[in-house]
Amino acid sequence: MSATWWAVILATVGCYAAKLGGHSVPERFLERPLVREVSDALPIALLMALVAVQTFAVGQNLVLDARVAGLGAAVVALLLRAPFLVVVVVAAATAAAFRHLGWAV
Amino acid sequence: MSARDVGSDGETHWHEERRAIVVNAAGVGVAVAAYGVSFGAISVTGGLTVLQTQLLSALMFTGGSQFALVGVLIAGGGLASAVATSVMLGFRNAFYALAMAPVLKVHGLRRLVAAQLTIDESTAMAVGRSVEHDGGRASRLAFWATGISVFVFWNLATLLGALGANALGDPRIWGLDAAIPAGFIALVWPRLSDRRSWTIGLTAAAVALVLTPLLRPGVPVLLTAVVAVAAGVLAVRRRAES
Repeated sequence: MSATWWAVILATVGCYAAKLGGHSVPERFLERPLVREVSDALPIALLMALVAVQTFAVGQNLVLDARVAGLGAAVVALLLRAPFLVVVVVAAATAAAFRHLGWAV
Repeated sequence: MSARDVGSDGETHWHEERRAIVVNAAGVGVAVAAYGVSFGAISVTGGLTVLQTQLLSALMFTGGSQFALVGVLIAGGGLASAVATSVMLGFRNAFYALAMAPVLKVHGLRRLVAAQLTIDESTAMAVGRSVEHDGGRASRLAFWATGISVFVFWNLATLLGALGANALGDPRIWGLDAAIPAGFIALVWPRLSDRRSWTIGLTAAAVALVLTPLLRPGVPVLLTAVVAVAAGVLAVRRRAES
């Protein structure tokens, strides 16, 4: 079985275990202040790290390409309170336009 | 006014509320569908099979984690960092489950299904409703209706995106590579509500970029969990002092 299959299976099991665990564990574990604070901060840290890496990295190299324009457009859309769908489409369209016009690779 | 009239007024009100909840649930489903299309397309153009992509939407069923897994794999990250990033992002669902369990009061098979439907959208729609005046009836309906609606739309949209991806050709021409960080920033945006959350987020972004040239793809993102732990320790310590 390929590594991708293992990744799909293991991550799926892990994510479901988290969901079921919350329905099953004693409240006192999850209500410990440190657990709660870390788990509030965890999605913010991981998602912002993913934003940075998915915008600026190609493998282990840092580059500036059309994705930066896409991210900028996404932020503008978010500031204008655009719904999720619009944010994603605007970002993709902006990056595509920058490439089409030859302003960025 | 007799007690009976009050009761039927209550029922009329419930009929209206029930319809509003179902309409909202359908609306949320349609909204996530677009994101589901991009997930399907990005996953398949990134090298996963249609089956793998579809199984993620049906069995993992938590968008942030799905994108993280696929994103790290596409970027050339290893199996371990892809799985760890994905599962850590999915850990927030445990807290949603904790909030929902006393409202849902489900056991056995229903609990297994409720667990699968415990995601951002279903929890957000359910916790927005007071459980005091109706014993949680509206909250439960919002949870199940939104969970089922998102599940159906998310999976159909994934299939559409996955099958359509082959027709798209190079995803970069359509800017689909820019759709990934845009999706992540849209997911995190509601959480960037104060200075503290911005500090955590920007620190994590900076740490990930600094580590990118030094470590295998996927590992820098994973290591930003340390930023979250540090922020948690600081918050607890500060509260103990005050």
